[in-house]
Amino acid sequence: MGRLDGHVAMISGGAGALGAAIVRAMAGEGARVVVADILEREGAALAAELGEQGVFVHLDVQSTEQWQAAVDAAEQRFGALTILVNNAAVLRKGSVAQTTTADWDFVMSVNLTGSFKGMRAAAPAMERAGGGSIINISSTAGMKGFADSAAYVASKWGVRGLTKHGAMDLAPKNIRVNSIHPGHLVNQMMSLDASLADVPMSFAHVPMQRPGRPDEITGLVVYLASDLSTYCTGAEFLADGGEMAGLAAAV
Amino acid sequence: MNATAVHQPSSAGTGRLAGKVALISGGAVGMGAAHARAFIREGACVVIGDILEAEGRSLARELGDKLKFVPLDVRDDAAWERAVALAEQEFGALHVLVNNAGVLTLGSVTDVDDQLWDTTFAINVSGVLKGMRSAAPAMERAGGGSMVNISSHNGMQGFEGVIAYGTSKWVVRGLTKCAALDFAPSNIRVNSVHPGSVMTRMAGSDPIDHRHKPFNRAAKPEEVSELVLLLASDESSFTTGSEFVIDGGEIVGFSKHWRKINNNYQAN
Repeated sequence: MGRLDGHVAMISGGAGALGAAIVRAMAGEGARVVVADILEREGAALAAELGEQGVFVHLDVQSTEQWQAAVDAAEQRFGALTILVNNAAVLRKGSVAQTTTADWDFVMSVNLTGSFKGMRAAAPAMERAGGGSIINISSTAGMKGFADSAAYVASKWGVRGLTKHGAMDLAPKNIRVNSIHPGHLVNQMMSLDASLADVPMSFAHVPMQRPGRPDEITGLVVYLASDLSTYCTGAEFLADGGEMAGLAAAV
Repeated sequence: MNATAVHQPSSAGTGRLAGKVALISGGAVGMGAAHARAFIREGACVVIGDILEAEGRSLARELGDKLKFVPLDVRDDAAWERAVALAEQEFGALHVLVNNAGVLTLGSVTDVDDQLWDTTFAINVSGVLKGMRSAAPAMERAGGGSMVNISSHNGMQGFEGVIAYGTSKWVVRGLTKCAALDFAPSNIRVNSVHPGSVMTRMAGSDPIDHRHKPFNRAAKPEEVSELVLLLASDESSFTTGSEFVIDGGEIVGFSKHWRKINNNYQAN
């Protein structure tokens, strides 16, 4: 007995570090999983690892048409879509004054508009299935400000707000929408922006003094996807080592 | 029945913005025009930018030498540069930016098409970014300044049927915090204001049911102006990156009156 038996889940950015962890956790709980990503090789390999439970679809979340095709593929292959995890994201550093319009538009297009398009494409399929759960991966960057990260922070605040307004729109259709706010994760910067791979990060300000692991996020995702959380909607779920609660004593 | 006496703006100010120069986007009508009147009352010089040229020029004629109108589509970087340049040329500096221009678009998750989403964000979000980017160098030259970004109660919680508008106002709230951190070394403060319903033409002329709100009414634009004025002035010199809700208590909870008339609520 898995907590997601009978469910069909789609995870955008499903081939990335956090995305792959979510895919494996959901499959482990009995869900059939659509791995949706622009990373063809990694995504196809992950889906193959899941056997009959998994399928890969190419998805650039910026594309309205590709979202529709991905939802269609989920229904054709598995008969329904009941769970969407809007996980795909990119990061470009830059202050409000220095962020280029190109960087700004790219980050907003992937992180925020991509999540909106995913919700819009998935909602009718979930309605056909009798209901569903949408989980938007925001960040602690959707709860406070960070210097030199204008586009990323703005997009993650947008995802938090999209979640609340979307929850109001979709509650009558028995579709729940919630946001998850991870703090710093292992390898997160590298997976979001390769140019930052060698930038040393300090965790001195985090009460737990360390970054989180992807498997410390997946429990929340599975919970919100499952029927254990059927009265949760429009809500915010943190997993941040205490970062939002206050500054570590070490600082 | 109103819970409090409603603010009546006086015609005589006390110079709370004396020596300041302000730029207000969407300043020709509604809340923006109310902000311009309050700022001038308190001694500021004001540039209003708007796409509504006739209304903007009319307000400029009415308010005299201390107010200049400039055509401004907030999506246009070059128009922003012209607006900032006009402030410095006409009045010698720029100290205050009010990102007030915005568009209300309607539609739920499944109603809103790509074009409506993109237009909403180009005006309500990119317009704010471009305004801050254009104004910051002038404020640095002036030794510092204050930016006031008009978000909404839609940026504090969720509402049905406003997915693009509502989400855009959350982005403004977050972007304000980044700007506060990025511009603090330049002595520029950045805060967001979150009005509930305000009696302007954006809100429309349809009667709105306010009975669930503790104050059972919409705000007058002038009530919002007093908050914007506070944030623009040096009276708030230690305030940055913060959120200022002005909604008659709406997001706190339901009014006592609403509890009485809503049978479903009572049954629960």
